[in-house]
Amino acid sequence: MEFVDTLINILNSTIRVSVPLLLACLAGLYSERAGVFDIGLEGKMLAGAFAGAAAAAVFASAWIGLLVAVLVSVGMALIHGFASITHRGNQIVSGVAINFIAAGSTIILGQAWFQQGGRTPSLPPEGRFGAIHLPGADALRDVPIIGQLYSGLLSGHSLLTYVAFLAVPFTWWVLFRTRFGLRLRAVGENPAAVDTAGISVAWLRYRAVICTGILTGLAGSYMALAQNAGFVKDMTAGRGYIALAALIFAKWKPVPAMFACLLFGFLDALSIRLQGSPLPVIGKVPVQLMQALPYILTVILLAGFIGKAIPPRAGGVPYVKER
Amino acid sequence: MSTPYAKLPAWADYGLIPLINLLVAFAVAGLVVLLVGENPLRAAVILVEGAFGSGQGIAYTLYYATNFIFTGLAVAVAFHCGLFNIGGEGQAYIAGLGIAIVVLAFDSTLPWWVVFPMAIIASALFGALWALIPAYLQAKRGSHIVITTIMFNFIAASVMVYMLVNVLKPAGSMAPQTRQFLEGGQLPKLGWLLAEFGLKVRPSAPLNISFLLALAMAFLVWVLIWRTKLGYEIRTYGFSSKAARYAGISETRIIIVTMLISGALAGMMALNPIMGDQHNVPLDFAGGAGFVGIAVALMGRSHPVGIVPAAILFGMLYQGGAELAFEMPNISRDMIVIIQGLVILFAGALENMFRPTIQGIFASFSPRSVGIAAKGERA
Repeated sequence: MEFVDTLINILNSTIRVSVPLLLACLAGLYSERAGVFDIGLEGKMLAGAFAGAAAAAVFASAWIGLLVAVLVSVGMALIHGFASITHRGNQIVSGVAINFIAAGSTIILGQAWFQQGGRTPSLPPEGRFGAIHLPGADALRDVPIIGQLYSGLLSGHSLLTYVAFLAVPFTWWVLFRTRFGLRLRAVGENPAAVDTAGISVAWLRYRAVICTGILTGLAGSYMALAQNAGFVKDMTAGRGYIALAALIFAKWKPVPAMFACLLFGFLDALSIRLQGSPLPVIGKVPVQLMQALPYILTVILLAGFIGKAIPPRAGGVPYVKER
Repeated sequence: MSTPYAKLPAWADYGLIPLINLLVAFAVAGLVVLLVGENPLRAAVILVEGAFGSGQGIAYTLYYATNFIFTGLAVAVAFHCGLFNIGGEGQAYIAGLGIAIVVLAFDSTLPWWVVFPMAIIASALFGALWALIPAYLQAKRGSHIVITTIMFNFIAASVMVYMLVNVLKPAGSMAPQTRQFLEGGQLPKLGWLLAEFGLKVRPSAPLNISFLLALAMAFLVWVLIWRTKLGYEIRTYGFSSKAARYAGISETRIIIVTMLISGALAGMMALNPIMGDQHNVPLDFAGGAGFVGIAVALMGRSHPVGIVPAAILFGMLYQGGAELAFEMPNISRDMIVIIQGLVILFAGALENMFRPTIQGIFASFSPRSVGIAAKGERA
């Protein structure tokens, strides 16, 4: 029994740490499928988390926090779009810039507005997204396995967690079953063809980066308003890059993206859980190795040893209309 | 494919446009200062005074600039080949390991002028090796070098934490760092050089001989890129990989060699804080210098003549920013991170934002300067 409890515990924390990865990963999916590389996921998440926490603290409302987080994230995404779509700048350079601007300004503004060393004030319960208990979770708690899974794993998460996992089939539907999705994928593969069909490449790509902004805003909100009770400086701590790694790992597809995020989340949860205690068979694994594993796996994948990750063909290339 | 922008005179291309971009970046940074409730002009005065107002300030400014010259050159060399080496941070961090091995082995027996060349080679070697795998994967397997170098930054951080905590930390010590270097592992300071000009510099000022190494490297990079066959090949490949292939330049060789040079330059950055100032290898000594290199290279237009002043400008921001934090408690050193981001945005990603306007102005004054022969000739 204890084994099941431990397992459910680890899986539960896997879900918790996977959510921001998943939201950021899906965010990157929209942008990159439309041919706009985005290494600024990290920065947009961080800015969203800060804006969400600041607004939620001032207005004592999680919903206002969420709204502001999304607005700020979309604003940053539009800067990226302005640089890389309208002015045909280097998308990587623009993404790096977004990350730095977010990293610096969240600390400076946080310190100036709240005077708590870059933190935002601790949020009251109404400023956060609390746990949602699914119906019957308490009643089923004692039923072995199924009841435990239901009450311990599926129930008791915040609204944003459910939103994140529902966003996976939704994204799949949008990308592969709607006209917008078809065009979005086309503009990432062959923008000239889309242009020939009389559809604006720039407007399509702008809509894609706005989707990215919305989802990174949700990712930031989750971190500041659900997982924690406020903003701490540099709280995303490289998750935007892990999400990027997951996106490549998933070969730019929504359902594999979820599994990649769960895998990376599981590694994270496991390394927190183990903290240097020995594993059966393998023996003691250094924490640092566990932490580096997502990055190492991504490099191995990129090297083409676990299938081949082929990015959207027009990714990273600004579109210049024939003249 | 048609080039989207018409030509401008060289001085406008290399002087005016970068200057305008830079001014806009600083103007936006000024807005942030305003938002925080401080006076941006007073902040600028404190910043410049803190950086250049005293011998001590100048010594610190140049000390920081040393780091940024190395990393800026590293990014620039890769830029010339059309590669974006975002992994300077990790390459510099890992190079600390190479330096640690050399110095810990020899600092008790050999003088600094014997240890220093060995440490230079070790740092360059470790930095280059850390760039080798991403370079190989880019050249042979087509894995995007930006992603692999980012991943290698994180892997480097994990490796260094492991090495410092479990291997290099002396027994009985709590701090995750190597033991203090002896005389053989300490580089001579350059404070006396500033004292020659009548400036007061305390012996604690960290400016050291690796500043001269950085300047020498800037010169060597200029020679490499503009005066050697290899440099010509690098630029050719960066300009058009198709043309390079057609000319018989080996793609694999040029990518790998360029990244090795880039990694070596980034690696040498580690000499400055480790042997020049701290005299041990602490955690996170690179402190973001690898990323500042991106801003420096973009601002300096990937030319050593631009990179050295750009590095000094960022050195000024670092040193002056520290002074500013005393005077204006609302502005911490993180202000520099914003400025860095804004410079990357305006001098890098948005470098062409003002170009059409400037071209319009030039065209209205003298059509010939932008390649328009007469009115109406160009449709």
